[in-house]
Amino acid sequence: MAIYPPTNRVWWREPVAKIEIAWIVIAFVWGLVMFGTMVGWHIWGQQNLSNEAYRTTPEAYLAKAEAMAEKYTIGEEGDSGLPIVHPPAGSDVYLVARLWQWWPVLQLEKGKSYRLHLSSVDWQHGFSLVPTNINLQVHPGYEMVVTLTPTEAGSFGIVCNEFCGIGHHLMAGKIHVVEK
Amino acid sequence: MEAVSQFPPLSIPERVFRICGVTGLRVELNAERLIRANAVAAVLFLALGGLFGLLVALTRWPAVHLLSSEWFYLILTAHGADVLLFWIIFFEMAVLYFASSTLLNCRLAAPRLAWLGFVLMVVGAVMTNVAVLQGDSTVMFTSYPPMQAQPHFYLGLILFAVGALVGCMIFFATLVIAKEEKTYEGSIPLVTFGALTAAIIAVFTIASGAIILVPTFMWSIGLISTIDPLTYKLVWWGMGHSSQQINVAAHVSVWYAIVAIVLNGKPLSEKVSRTAFFLYILFLQLASAHHLLVEPGVSSEWKIFNTSYALYLAVLGSMVHGMTVPGAIEAAQRKRGFNRGVFEWLRKAPWGNPAFSGMFLSLVMFGFIGGISGVVLGTEQLNILMHNTIYVPGHFHGTVVAGTTLAFMAVTYLLVPVYFKREIMFPALARWQPYLFGFGVAGIALFMMGAGTLGVPRRHWDITFSDATLRYGFSSAAFLMMALNGMAAVLASIGGIAYVVIVVASITFGKRIPDGPATRAATGPTPMAAAVTQYGSAGTLHLPGTLVLVGIFFLSFVLYYYVNWKYLSQIWPLH
Amino acid sequence: MTQDPTTTTPPEDPKAEWIPPMQRMLDNPFLLLFLGVTIPTVFYLIWGIMEITQIPIAK
Repeated sequence: MAIYPPTNRVWWREPVAKIEIAWIVIAFVWGLVMFGTMVGWHIWGQQNLSNEAYRTTPEAYLAKAEAMAEKYTIGEEGDSGLPIVHPPAGSDVYLVARLWQWWPVLQLEKGKSYRLHLSSVDWQHGFSLVPTNINLQVHPGYEMVVTLTPTEAGSFGIVCNEFCGIGHHLMAGKIHVVEK
Repeated sequence: MEAVSQFPPLSIPERVFRICGVTGLRVELNAERLIRANAVAAVLFLALGGLFGLLVALTRWPAVHLLSSEWFYLILTAHGADVLLFWIIFFEMAVLYFASSTLLNCRLAAPRLAWLGFVLMVVGAVMTNVAVLQGDSTVMFTSYPPMQAQPHFYLGLILFAVGALVGCMIFFATLVIAKEEKTYEGSIPLVTFGALTAAIIAVFTIASGAIILVPTFMWSIGLISTIDPLTYKLVWWGMGHSSQQINVAAHVSVWYAIVAIVLNGKPLSEKVSRTAFFLYILFLQLASAHHLLVEPGVSSEWKIFNTSYALYLAVLGSMVHGMTVPGAIEAAQRKRGFNRGVFEWLRKAPWGNPAFSGMFLSLVMFGFIGGISGVVLGTEQLNILMHNTIYVPGHFHGTVVAGTTLAFMAVTYLLVPVYFKREIMFPALARWQPYLFGFGVAGIALFMMGAGTLGVPRRHWDITFSDATLRYGFSSAAFLMMALNGMAAVLASIGGIAYVVIVVASITFGKRIPDGPATRAATGPTPMAAAVTQYGSAGTLHLPGTLVLVGIFFLSFVLYYYVNWKYLSQIWPLH
Repeated sequence: MTQDPTTTTPPEDPKAEWIPPMQRMLDNPFLLLFLGVTIPTVFYLIWGIMEITQIPIAK
């Protein structure tokens, strides 16, 4: 009984039933398979996070984003006041997370890769690209770089999924993916 | 069978113990009072936090959308603290005192200090609740900087943690006393070993909490200028996630205890079950990394090693328990003659006994819902799909609510007669309570996971974005999932209210149970003390039913795991 | 692991059986406490903090 001391003083040497041993082996091997899958995906898979990240400051990061927007703005997103920025394929793209917007709206080309930089200039935010389901944590003071290749054209939403204060549910952005 | 012989003569005054009239266990009075106090505090915080949870779910039910945004975020902060921390840790203190003092037949170490710990926990829990309800500490349970709460929000958590640490020290000290005074022979019982696992994880948990919350408190009163958000998150989850691993160890112990008490079941093998707990001690806490898988600047090596609990060795521990617990049930049932077919033992199990039904539902739901989703969510790359979506609360309602809370509810039906000397009132309602709560929570977990797969964010007041500059339209299926989640939450709340009503009524108005005679001979419906039997009765290890159950579990696990990889392979390439 | 009668048999209790090392380890709560705190402290906390402190400064 599990609520009393073991009746055999030397319980370590009690024989273990075959069914238990079999299950332990299966579970152990399955653990190795799952571990190997994670490692293997880094080698053969297409969806991995880079380990590229930098320490930064809100001012420095914002300056880089504004410089990019100044060069490549092609219009305004409706009457939102947000610029639509179309950076060249393969370039460094800066997305700013702040209370409570994703700035600017990006226009990317389908099938092209971009070095997407993510950082916050105030609190933590959550980058959630929907309906594609790419979710990344955005910190102030840290700049994360992921190389992203949109594979479908259309309009995608960026929802904030880290609580960032009372206007959290107002924080949504957009990425437009256009055919080349 | 004469069980008295295995216990040595008493070396301490008889009067501090009494003999439980139901179980024949010797109950030390200091431990009894502390267990009562902690259990009552636990149930009060469950009632409060559960109410908050219902309000949250009703707000996220799009057609109801009950609270304003300010109140929603405030109540959600309180919900997390009250149920994830206060209800569970208070109850765990009761479990620790039960597993040390009562099961080791020993006086509790330093009862005054234990009371001090209890008072600190109460003061801390109340202080944090006050801070949140005052409205200036709506920072969520996680309180990520640079977002800042009022100083007494952090101070309350620190006091609570210190109190809990005192409780752990009392547990360890009681183990030492029991060994020195030879109140038991040989090794500690398996349930106590599981409680020891929980206490060890608790020490790491509380240490992590202290390392990060003390500077954060100093930051909130202006003594420190900044808190690095990434470091905070790393260390905070050493507390935040590990505290949920305390629960896993504690509720697995509770499963073993219930199987022993209700069915006279014994573990298939002490060696295997204890080694599984040992794997928890070594590796379970590494899974705090689950929360940092899409964080900038932390290497994949660190992420993969930690998130996999070192090659999934702690998952191995859980899978072992997931087989040995139903195995113990099957062996016990077959021994009493339920031998027909593969599943007669399960059909003829005591489904009308809420302690058993609650325990079994907890076992199944923890494994199938909480366990599988936890491994999937905790896979480095798969986390990209679901990080911070409502899939995450879906997963942990499967572990902490369907697993831990339901197991704790189930064991309450056994502890009330022992420690409050009262019979359970409203037995008909009690029969149904685990099903109402269990199926409600299963719904909550599954529907939130469904919505999360569709991208719905967690901790979000308005997924219609009605006041936002830019909008995103979630699919109608996502809205349906959130509505179903609300309905499931109502069902779970009915089960939760039933639990609170039954417990409060039983401990205040239940029929009194007299103390037992001053021997360890068993009386009453559950002859626990007389049930000590030898190991190695080979005939009991024919377990085809358990084999089928774990087979189904394994297939579901493998399928669901690779379905998610397939899904990942279809999103935009990134590196 | 060889059997060493001087350490495995407490002198005050000559009747005690020989306890295998793994069982003795699992019967020792403070050794388990040490392991259970050290392992996550080293692999999770210390290694993690080292990673964070090594993040380079942005150009």
